[in-house]
Amino acid sequence: MNFPVLSIITFTPLVAALIMLMIPAHRKNEVRAIALISAIFALSLSAWVYFTYDQAAGGYQFIEKYDWLPALGINLYFGVDGMSTPLVLLTGVVMFTGVLISWGDDDKHVMSGIQDRPREFFAFLFILAWGVFGVFVSLDLFMLFFFYEIAVFPMYLLIVIWGWAVTREYAAMKLTLYLFIGSVISLVGVLAMYIVQYQNTGVLSFDMLHMEGAGFSQTFQNIWFLPVFLGFAVLGGIWPFHNWSPDGHVAAPTAVSMFHAGVLMKLGAFAALRVGIMLLPDGAKYWQWLIMFFAGVAVVYGAYIAFVQTDFKYMVGFSSVSHMGLVMLGFSTLNREGLLGSGLQMFSHGVMTALFFAVVGMIYDRAHTRQIPELGGMIKVMPFAAIGFIIGGLVSMGMPSFSGFVAEFPIFLGVWKEQWFVAVIASISIIITAAYILLNVRKVFFGQMPEKFEGHITNITAFDKVAITTLCLFMILLGIYPNFMVPMVDKGVENILRLLGGL
Amino acid sequence: MNFVESHLLSLILFFPAIAAVVILFLPSNNNKLLRWFALGASLVPLVLSLIAWFRFQPSQPGFQFEETYVWYEAIGSSLHLGVDGLSLTMVLLTTLLTPLSILASFNINDRVKAYMMLFLFLETGMLGVFLALDLLIFFVFWEVGLVPMYFLINQWGSENRNYASLKFMIYTMGGSLGLLLAIQMLGVLFGTYDLITLYQRWTSLGAEATLLGMSVQTVKTIAFWAFAIAFAIKVPVWPFHTWLPDAHTEAPTAGSMILAGVLLKLGAYGFLRLILPLYPGEARIFAGALALLATAAIVFGAFGSFAQTDFKRLVAYSSVNHMGFVVLGIAAAGLASGTTDATIALNGAVLQMFNHGLSAAGMFFLVGVIYERTHTRNLDEFGGLFSLVPVYGGILIFTSMASLGLPGLNGFISEFLVVRGTWPILTAYTAISMLGLLFTGAYILKGIRKVLHGPLNEHWAHGEHKLTEINTREILVMTPLMFLILWIGIYPAWILDVINKAVVMFFQ
Repeated sequence: MNFPVLSIITFTPLVAALIMLMIPAHRKNEVRAIALISAIFALSLSAWVYFTYDQAAGGYQFIEKYDWLPALGINLYFGVDGMSTPLVLLTGVVMFTGVLISWGDDDKHVMSGIQDRPREFFAFLFILAWGVFGVFVSLDLFMLFFFYEIAVFPMYLLIVIWGWAVTREYAAMKLTLYLFIGSVISLVGVLAMYIVQYQNTGVLSFDMLHMEGAGFSQTFQNIWFLPVFLGFAVLGGIWPFHNWSPDGHVAAPTAVSMFHAGVLMKLGAFAALRVGIMLLPDGAKYWQWLIMFFAGVAVVYGAYIAFVQTDFKYMVGFSSVSHMGLVMLGFSTLNREGLLGSGLQMFSHGVMTALFFAVVGMIYDRAHTRQIPELGGMIKVMPFAAIGFIIGGLVSMGMPSFSGFVAEFPIFLGVWKEQWFVAVIASISIIITAAYILLNVRKVFFGQMPEKFEGHITNITAFDKVAITTLCLFMILLGIYPNFMVPMVDKGVENILRLLGGL
Repeated sequence: MNFVESHLLSLILFFPAIAAVVILFLPSNNNKLLRWFALGASLVPLVLSLIAWFRFQPSQPGFQFEETYVWYEAIGSSLHLGVDGLSLTMVLLTTLLTPLSILASFNINDRVKAYMMLFLFLETGMLGVFLALDLLIFFVFWEVGLVPMYFLINQWGSENRNYASLKFMIYTMGGSLGLLLAIQMLGVLFGTYDLITLYQRWTSLGAEATLLGMSVQTVKTIAFWAFAIAFAIKVPVWPFHTWLPDAHTEAPTAGSMILAGVLLKLGAYGFLRLILPLYPGEARIFAGALALLATAAIVFGAFGSFAQTDFKRLVAYSSVNHMGFVVLGIAAAGLASGTTDATIALNGAVLQMFNHGLSAAGMFFLVGVIYERTHTRNLDEFGGLFSLVPVYGGILIFTSMASLGLPGLNGFISEFLVVRGTWPILTAYTAISMLGLLFTGAYILKGIRKVLHGPLNEHWAHGEHKLTEINTREILVMTPLMFLILWIGIYPAWILDVINKAVVMFFQ
């Protein structure tokens, strides 16, 4: 038995959350310290997994299997492949940076970070992180589902309690309903798969590796692919089921937005890939055109809607719809390039959007407005945040030498192989994205600072700077040295292609 | 020394970027240190490219100093660098103009650190385009150069900079969108981006084959135009030139120098490196259209320039005019590839790229010198300044004459070669473009007359507005430019030898 690193990573946030809840509420800094230490711990372990994953061997590694409910064939079955390892690392990074920017100094004037009940905030956030890690490492379908629900549930509380007072009830309700309806629909599909595979193989098992060979018939796959895929893809923000997402992003407190856009949306996309495409490959081929259509619309429409926003956070929220559309677009190609690009884009977008939301949060905490026309000249008071946002913006535009290009380019290659005109249409989003990023960067960070902000706005904290630097380094590293991640994701893609019959 | 020899090109390419990262850690309040460090850092690539220039074997076919590194294996792209006579000329131009531009920006006092960093990143971006032998790497650097330029214009430009910088960015990105799509298509078809492989495989595709459900001919035509429009916007060729006067006018002086001196050459270089070898057939078919646009650029550029009252806009439109000759030469080379006339025309086009780099950078700098002192670029507010600033006046006249094409200076050689080469191939277009050449004389002389001659505007003669003479640093910026302008004008063989051999091999 190897060192059970995956279960340690997964349960670290849970344990940390429980410890935090046992600390008296007024000892805020101790709570924060525990949060930070456990985040660093989880990040270090996920980095360790990332760098010790044997890329030459590929396949599922760090496998652990414990009985959970053997009578129904449910196991605590963990393992990561080339697709999920980067996402585990991403979760570690977002967790670490999310804690840093929520640190909150207790200066009444600054309002940065979380000052109201940090104990409960971090506890809920960490339960969320527990669920996220669980989904990425689960090889058992039931467990995947179990962790999926755990990841969704704390969002409601986090948004309702710590969210933006204006829309938080509405947004939290909308988000939760959307996601639960999506997951219930998926659950029905999951159960259908469970039963049919029992009929086919005679083994009661939720083991996904086992289900891969369960021999689902073409008809079964055609019927169940859409509910399963779309049910999960709701969380990935796929058009036309995306509209919970910008509302949720905007209403959530900063760290939750980071988690939400940075990691949770990947959760939806990952589950849609893992369960929808990998277990029902023939269904995926059958419905490929529809997914491609949905994703293509998301890419262009999301970018356009982001372009017309006047609220800074909504702008970022809709840009996530557009970028996650690219992930889905890559999935829909069902070929090597497209899937490779999607795997990279999930990481790249996760880091980028976490950075975006962090910076938007920093500005909102100080300026108390997110209306783009009311902002201006922020680079003078918070140069570090401005430069971070600009780098994120360049990633978002798909500028070469940043991670966005490395991820988007193969997606487009994959689309070219399937339907060249979709690539041509989707590429329009690049120009729209460039336009809104440049215009908004100019308005918010440059130009004249409105008089009401003079003297009121303070620079960001040292913790914020560490968070921004960490996120930027990943985007630049992947951009100039794609081999940092490409061979690993490529191994994961090989596995998917094998299931798709070497398509 | 061994390391330097075996990594010459990658050192030239990445040294500025590494220096920019080092600048990040220098104290931001010590402007003097930042300036001198940036200048020193930009001299290193110059020295290295001079080493490359002298070690280069002009008669040896193919690319030299080749280096290949792993970059993005999964999609078949690698960091493949190499130079031939065409790219080496451009590399030399870039590494020469960058230190001069940095020296020209010593008067910048606002956020020197960020400014110098952007400038050095810009140099890496430009050099990468000239050095790349991989289509994807070409594109990467093509786009990378945009970002620093955008911020240089947007942050250090004059009044209308927001509009100009966004227009520059969106125009160029819009153009490169087609290029990106065409590159993706090539990548999907061949699974590699290596230019040398693509040259062979792409051109040897049979006409009867079908790609993506269309005939090869259709696909090639579409891809040709995708490439051509991206490069035409960058050159720029009429009617895609409208971003240029705005961007040039609003950019800071050194930004304009680089913009006119090097960035426009990227477009022309794209025609040479990618379009002619990848699409010989299409280049032949569409040479007429290209020549028409080039002629329009020459004529309208000259007219446009003549009509300006803003000194900097006048020089900006002159770039449209001069770059038109480059494209005209390239069109002729595409139409009659391999003939002696085409060789002469292409020689002229490449030399014109180099020459325009020298004279346009010089002109923009001189406009900047006077703007800095008078805070106006309105030609009507100058007049008779020669008596106040004779040295400046002399330099301005000298550089203008190079731009005008006075025999004995560099512009004459290259424009003569282009015209001589294109005349038998594209007679009508060349004849019309002579009209443009005529007006080149007119607008250059107009500029000189309005600034230096005529009745003295007394405003600049006395008191606080008294015009001061060009200073030593500024003369130092102009000296290498003037020296090369004169040297190429008197004895062009040293550079034409390299270019000519490259062009001859280019057609084989």
